[in-house]
Amino acid sequence: MKEKRPNRNGKRNEHGMNTTKDKSGEGKRKAARVVWSLRLYIAGETPRSIAALANLQKICDEHLPGRYRVEVVDLLKNPQLAEGDQIVAVPTLVRRLPPPLKRIIGDLSNSERVIVGLDLRPGKVSR
Amino acid sequence: MSTHQLKATPRNGISKCPTGILGLDQITRGGLPKGKPTLLCGGAGCGKTLLAMEFLVRGATEFNEPGVFMAFEETDKELAQNVASMGFDLPALCARKNLFMDYVRVEPSETEESGEYDLEGLFIRLESAINAVGAKRVVLDTIESLFAGFANTNILRSELRRLFGWLKAKGVTAVITAESGDGKMTRQGIEEYVADCVILLDHRVEDQSSTRRLRIVKYRGAMHGTSEYPFLIGETGLSVLPLSSLKLDHKAPTQRVSSGVPRLDTMLGGKGFYRGTSILVSGVAGAGKSSLATHFARAACQRGERALYMASEQSPDEVIRNMRSIGLDLEPWVKRGLLRFYAARPGAFGLERHLVTIHDLITEFNPKVVVIDPITNFASVGTYSEVTSMATRLIDMFKSRQITAMFTSRTSGDSAPELSEVGVSSQMDAWLLLRNLESNGERNRGLYVLKSLGMAHSNQIREFLLTGHGVQLRDVYVGPSGLLTGSARVAQEAMEQAEVLQRKQQAQRKSVTLKQKRQQLEAQIARMRSEFAFEEQGLMLGAHEMELQEKQIVVDRVEMGHARKADLVSAHGNGRA
Repeated sequence: MKEKRPNRNGKRNEHGMNTTKDKSGEGKRKAARVVWSLRLYIAGETPRSIAALANLQKICDEHLPGRYRVEVVDLLKNPQLAEGDQIVAVPTLVRRLPPPLKRIIGDLSNSERVIVGLDLRPGKVSR
Repeated sequence: MSTHQLKATPRNGISKCPTGILGLDQITRGGLPKGKPTLLCGGAGCGKTLLAMEFLVRGATEFNEPGVFMAFEETDKELAQNVASMGFDLPALCARKNLFMDYVRVEPSETEESGEYDLEGLFIRLESAINAVGAKRVVLDTIESLFAGFANTNILRSELRRLFGWLKAKGVTAVITAESGDGKMTRQGIEEYVADCVILLDHRVEDQSSTRRLRIVKYRGAMHGTSEYPFLIGETGLSVLPLSSLKLDHKAPTQRVSSGVPRLDTMLGGKGFYRGTSILVSGVAGAGKSSLATHFARAACQRGERALYMASEQSPDEVIRNMRSIGLDLEPWVKRGLLRFYAARPGAFGLERHLVTIHDLITEFNPKVVVIDPITNFASVGTYSEVTSMATRLIDMFKSRQITAMFTSRTSGDSAPELSEVGVSSQMDAWLLLRNLESNGERNRGLYVLKSLGMAHSNQIREFLLTGHGVQLRDVYVGPSGLLTGSARVAQEAMEQAEVLQRKQQAQRKSVTLKQKRQQLEAQIARMRSEFAFEEQGLMLGAHEMELQEKQIVVDRVEMGHARKADLVSAHGNGRA
């Protein structure tokens, strides 16, 4: 498991996979300042996992600019972590914060489903 | 040949992985296909999880093969609790690294799907679990739960196919459980993916009694029993029945055992039954079946053999009391441990449970003789075919252990006595029929040997008497008005005795007369002899006298001639002077 601090540049780190963005000053309301904690489980750098990460970043940049943190877990490297979040399918995206826990499986190519699944709909974003 | 097939590695090369489950290894002739996945399907509550769990536990404890249990429905804790009653200590097995439990929760309500995915997460978890304990056996229970968790069945199907291939490549012996329903073996048609072995479990209620059954639908490359076998969940795990019914290769001993009734032995070629055979005693209620069976059991005890008496109508105490009334005291044998009773109402539990109890008893007590009194009572807890198959299995069990078994069978009054109610007569080696013979306002018992394979036996009916000294057999009289039994027989006997006496007296009288006649005759002869002797003497005397007289005449004549100086011509002829 690797966790990265917010990176203002939004550039990929040395692993190329783990990217976290946090663009401050975007949230106007108090609740909006909650930083979303997302975890993406993958199994090796397959085209599908690369696509999932790219799709995730695109959606988050659009709906949660600067307010999210993505942690990428490669189960091939850390198989024991699969148990904790009950991972069966990969890729699986888990919304750890804000509660409740949500999960989306797949390469996140259907952004509408991701928005619904993560509860990112406009107006309901911060609740 | 049969011993060959029972080995884990038979000639045909299919390696088998013994399950350790009572009976299952016999049906599969060695176990599940080693290194291959086996599909275990069945409806809810039919024992899939338990069978799968026992497979792992036995593997870990008896065959030194660690296992992985991947559960999709129950948590580790729930599973451990559920099987603790059977003596499986899962936490201890896990602690010793003989078992690895992994609960995989698939929660559809909190999962959204977006785009393509695969089940690599499951593979990774399974692999790490297998590696953690060096597992040789894997259970996935119940794989179809995945279908509830994922909407895209196409992905799921292809992933399952991949999973089975992956398991095979891993070389683990896997048991995958699946839910059956909608008239199919598995709801999702998973059986298509598992080509090596498919076992179907079933839980049916017939005539208000439930029976679990197991059937091997498919077992590629190996012989297996194809029938439905009842199985049950016992105190120490699963038991699949029959315990041995695939083969028909019992030994046929020539040793004979007494029936306990000397005259019955006489009817059976003079020596009784063959050891290790099954005997059916059928008759209507009160015909004396139990009494005959008790004789049989007691005779075994007298020989110093152990006998097991299974009573399903009376308690052991009642049997002992009732048999005392005909002079059979069973109590000493019970005290000496040679006779054991097993009394249970047939309805107390299902047939398969009875079978297992009997099997356990026989294994533990090791009797030479078994009495089941009566087998027909089991008809109340099973269908005709079930009871027949139970009887078959019992017979098989007894024969394989060379136990001489006597089954009593109650026939109802109106059906033909040759029809035994449970339809097992054809499997029996000997069949005794007890009949009520009604005549002259009384009812008497008759016994005859309907069949007794492998020996010359009497074809006559004997009257069957319950006396104060047990069962006795008497000849019946066949008179102009039919069979004579009971008092008619006694009357006949008295009559015959009188006749005998009469004849005897007559003969005596005749011999006396003869003697008298002889005496008379002899006396007569003696008298006649003496008369004759007297006469003879008289006659002889007379003749002598006459001779003397004749001589005297001649002498006189000569003398006269001399005196007259006559010619000396002759004394004869012209002797006249």
